[in-house]
Amino acid sequence: MRPGIIVRLIAFAVLLTFLIAPDLFEPFFGMLTKNGQPAIYNQGSLLDLTLNHLAIVFAATFAATLIAVSLAILVTRPFGVEFLPLSRSLANIGQTFPPVAVLALAVPVLGFGTAPTLVALFLYGLLPIFENTLTGLVNLPGTVAEAAKGVGMTWAQRLFKIELPLALPVILAGVRLSTVISLATATIGSTVAARTLGEVIIAGLTSNNTAFVLQGGLIVGVLAVLIYDSLAALERWLMARTGQAKRAAA
Amino acid sequence: MIEIDAITKSYDQTVVVDHVTLTIEPSSVCAVVGTSGSGKTTLLRMINRLVEPTSGAIRIDGEDTRNTHAYELRRKIGYAIQGHGLFPHRSVGQNIATVPKLLGWDKDKTRARVTELLELFQLDPAQFRDRLPRELSGGQQQRVGVARALAAKPNILLMDEPFGALDPVIRSKAQEDLLTIQRQFETTIVLVTHDMEEAIHLGDKIAVMDEGKLLQFASPQQIISKPATPFVAELIGTGERPFKLLSLARVGKFVEPGSAEGDPIDISATLRDAYAELLWSGRAALPVSEKGQVIGKITLDQLSSHARPQ
Repeated sequence: MRPGIIVRLIAFAVLLTFLIAPDLFEPFFGMLTKNGQPAIYNQGSLLDLTLNHLAIVFAATFAATLIAVSLAILVTRPFGVEFLPLSRSLANIGQTFPPVAVLALAVPVLGFGTAPTLVALFLYGLLPIFENTLTGLVNLPGTVAEAAKGVGMTWAQRLFKIELPLALPVILAGVRLSTVISLATATIGSTVAARTLGEVIIAGLTSNNTAFVLQGGLIVGVLAVLIYDSLAALERWLMARTGQAKRAAA
Repeated sequence: MIEIDAITKSYDQTVVVDHVTLTIEPSSVCAVVGTSGSGKTTLLRMINRLVEPTSGAIRIDGEDTRNTHAYELRRKIGYAIQGHGLFPHRSVGQNIATVPKLLGWDKDKTRARVTELLELFQLDPAQFRDRLPRELSGGQQQRVGVARALAAKPNILLMDEPFGALDPVIRSKAQEDLLTIQRQFETTIVLVTHDMEEAIHLGDKIAVMDEGKLLQFASPQQIISKPATPFVAELIGTGERPFKLLSLARVGKFVEPGSAEGDPIDISATLRDAYAELLWSGRAALPVSEKGQVIGKITLDQLSSHARPQ
């Protein structure tokens, strides 16, 4: 087994232990507290918060993937080409809009809670997936697209049997970027009362408790690294399996 | 039979193929020759409707190609291109099985056909069926590309510079294999190439195109001895003409009784090979052998008389 994998497995094991039995880590975090503050977050279960955080991220990324990939497929078909610039600028707007602003604007419409966070993450996640799917579908080797047509595949057969499988690693790279951005961005969802790991960080900030801030930050950080790495490994595997070792992920 | 009837393709104001009319006989090889931008590839791609003609019609065995769905038409016509265009995520076997699968052949029949084709192209099925295209050499990939085109036993095979990416040694082997297969299955082949040598070698008929127009459509002999325009003559190369004529005929037809000194030449060699051997060895006549037996001779005088238009 490679050392990289061992380090990641250890990180995962430590993270899991901390989420299930945070009190074991009290001596460590205790060093960061002052004036008898609690060392471990005590206003709810860290495990629950983490699971909820992940659920929000995955729900938003899943929806973003669905919409972004469909949109990219649409605008790469002959009948959809006209909409390419429009969809590009829409996805771009989603990306440039700061998530905090989206939250602020969504709250009056959707109320406090999870919904505005989902919307912000969804909008924020669209662009990387859309751009990557576009790249993957447009940059297929010309002879392959030509051959797929030449053997008599219908447009649906070309899409599902040739274009999407070959674009999959590049699409996945977009999903990976999106997921990691969302993991970090979801923390600010706690400002509008979404139950995410942001709660821990905010609680720490308001009570000047460094241990809380560090706990929240570390959990999100380690989660992000682990998810990023597993998706990257999945991409490499797919690349190799689809015989395109040389096609770089965007 | 493929009838191409006043076919024209234009993009905006540019005419790419300009009123081309020609008829390709069944079970023959038609080589379409031209420089890049001559419209030869566009002409080929209009036969299986990868490009829709602006005007004119193409009929296959009397049936207008526009009467069937484009994708159904393409499943009945083999198509092999330069750089093979194999699907990189599918194994060799899956690549070859593409069209049979599209046509809904049952599994056993498809598998048997894949095995048959792999053997035909000298690729051991046990070794190659499950490999990915990138694990093959350029020559092997090209053969799989042609095998895929032939998988559903099409009557017509379209080839766009199929040997363009191969080195000279593998190319001539691939050309020989193609001719063998063509004779065995009596496939009608339309082959696009920029190489007049290849066209003369493979074509029963040669269509020469320039700037979208068909300049000449004739047998290799006629193209060499009576080029229709200076451009056609230029494509052949005046200094090459006698040798190209010689390369069209085999020794077998010109054997005389008698014998000669030195190593024999095989009956299946071209006159050009014989001529080269005569010059190189400084002899006036060569013994001709068939299956190792000397059956006669071929002389320099006789060759000379065949190196000019009859």
